[in-house]
Amino acid sequence: MLELILFYMASTIALVSTILALTRANATHALIYLILSLLAVAVIFYLIGAPFAAALEVVIYAGAIMVLFIFVIMMLNLGEKGDRREKQLLKPKVWIVPEILALIIKFELVLDLSQSTPATTQGLVTSKQVGLTLFGPYVLAVEIASMLLLAGLVGAYHLGRRYLEEGREK
Amino acid sequence: MSDGMIILFALIVLAGAVGGAAVMTWWERRLLGIWQDRYGPNRLGPFGILQVAADMLKLLTKDDWVPPFADKVVFIFAPTAIVMAMMLGFAVVPFGPGLQIIDMNIGLLFFLGMTSLAVYSVLLGGLASNNKYALLGGLRSAAQMVSYEVFMGLALMGVVMLSGSFNLREIVESQADGWYCISQFLGLFVFTVAGIAESHRLPFDLPEAEHELTAGFHTEYGGMKFAMFMLGEYLGLILISSMIVTLFFGGWLGPWLHPVIWFGIKTFIVICFFVLLRAAIPRPRYDQLMSLGWKIMLPLTLVNLVFTGAIALWLANGGTA
Repeated sequence: MLELILFYMASTIALVSTILALTRANATHALIYLILSLLAVAVIFYLIGAPFAAALEVVIYAGAIMVLFIFVIMMLNLGEKGDRREKQLLKPKVWIVPEILALIIKFELVLDLSQSTPATTQGLVTSKQVGLTLFGPYVLAVEIASMLLLAGLVGAYHLGRRYLEEGREK
Repeated sequence: MSDGMIILFALIVLAGAVGGAAVMTWWERRLLGIWQDRYGPNRLGPFGILQVAADMLKLLTKDDWVPPFADKVVFIFAPTAIVMAMMLGFAVVPFGPGLQIIDMNIGLLFFLGMTSLAVYSVLLGGLASNNKYALLGGLRSAAQMVSYEVFMGLALMGVVMLSGSFNLREIVESQADGWYCISQFLGLFVFTVAGIAESHRLPFDLPEAEHELTAGFHTEYGGMKFAMFMLGEYLGLILISSMIVTLFFGGWLGPWLHPVIWFGIKTFIVICFFVLLRAAIPRPRYDQLMSLGWKIMLPLTLVNLVFTGAIALWLANGGTA
């Protein structure tokens, strides 16, 4: 019973904060709502018996990736000018196409959920199980992800190096 | 423990942590004074301990002011974030056998998550102040904390490998036949350095370096909001110290005395060591800090990880190749 209440509280927070994250004109406020939404999703993960996923959601998404987003916002430092431009972009008519696309997904989701039985908790998924599946059946996905990260690393190094050399010539 | 007992225990832990943080402000100044051949605050009460009360009164009675050019809501929210995150971090610390608010399977990850959320306080504080010094401080803190977080987590993985668990209670119990500060000395070194950088204390307090950024991210803060930042910083110091004790110095383990007393003594020694570092080491330049992180700390951590993994596997196979 308590779990159910907590689940609905977390889902409500996730939904409301995601909507607010989409509609805020101020980029900082939007990002804070997005972080809140990620934290709420972490709570949901914890409640359905995936504590490891919940912890990684907090450490990686909320704690590292969103920090970099805010870092970029700080570097740009748009201020009031950015807010005004964003307000002009957020007119009712720009919502039409995304709303149609979202409705299609929503329709599919409802159709899917009405046919299959909801996946309830299958007991606790421990960090050991996550590790075993990652390096067992899903080892290929892990390798592909690592290749992608390596490509990103090389790319960042290349860009940074060019910038450094140009600075030195001046 | 029953539900009521846990709530009571949580309240005791919170009161202890906040009280400890308040006393730390005085103790740190006293200790620094002694090491620098002066007295420090020694006038009010026995050994000057009532200085804490005087400071608190001063901060409480100050005008609670928000600058007109600041982003008001975020400006007020920022200092609370660090205090909340650090207080939540205490939930998984095992103070003694059975004396833990939540005995979580992923306790270690929970701690890492809470410390990484504490970054937002400094970031948002710097951003909402709408002041160039604050913004620079916030930017620095973002780069510093994200970089040092990487190997803060990686440094702990050696301990996780040896104990075979993310559960802090089990990590302490697995140290009964030898503390990890011996086998994981590289991990301990890297974690200590990263811990100082995460709690942005001297010598790694570049987000607020007063000689170049006036006061960095909290330039515009005063009164209780400033006090919240300080409270968060000292809570972070106590939390990091108690984690070092839990992970590397056997937590509550020790002969003769009560486990909680052992935990307290060890944590106190680690805190004093942090104050000594502050007194002894000058602040590095910003690029030195970043290159120290990525060029020395990260390779050290990876070496430690590879060797620990190899030895753990070797021992698991019965010590034969």
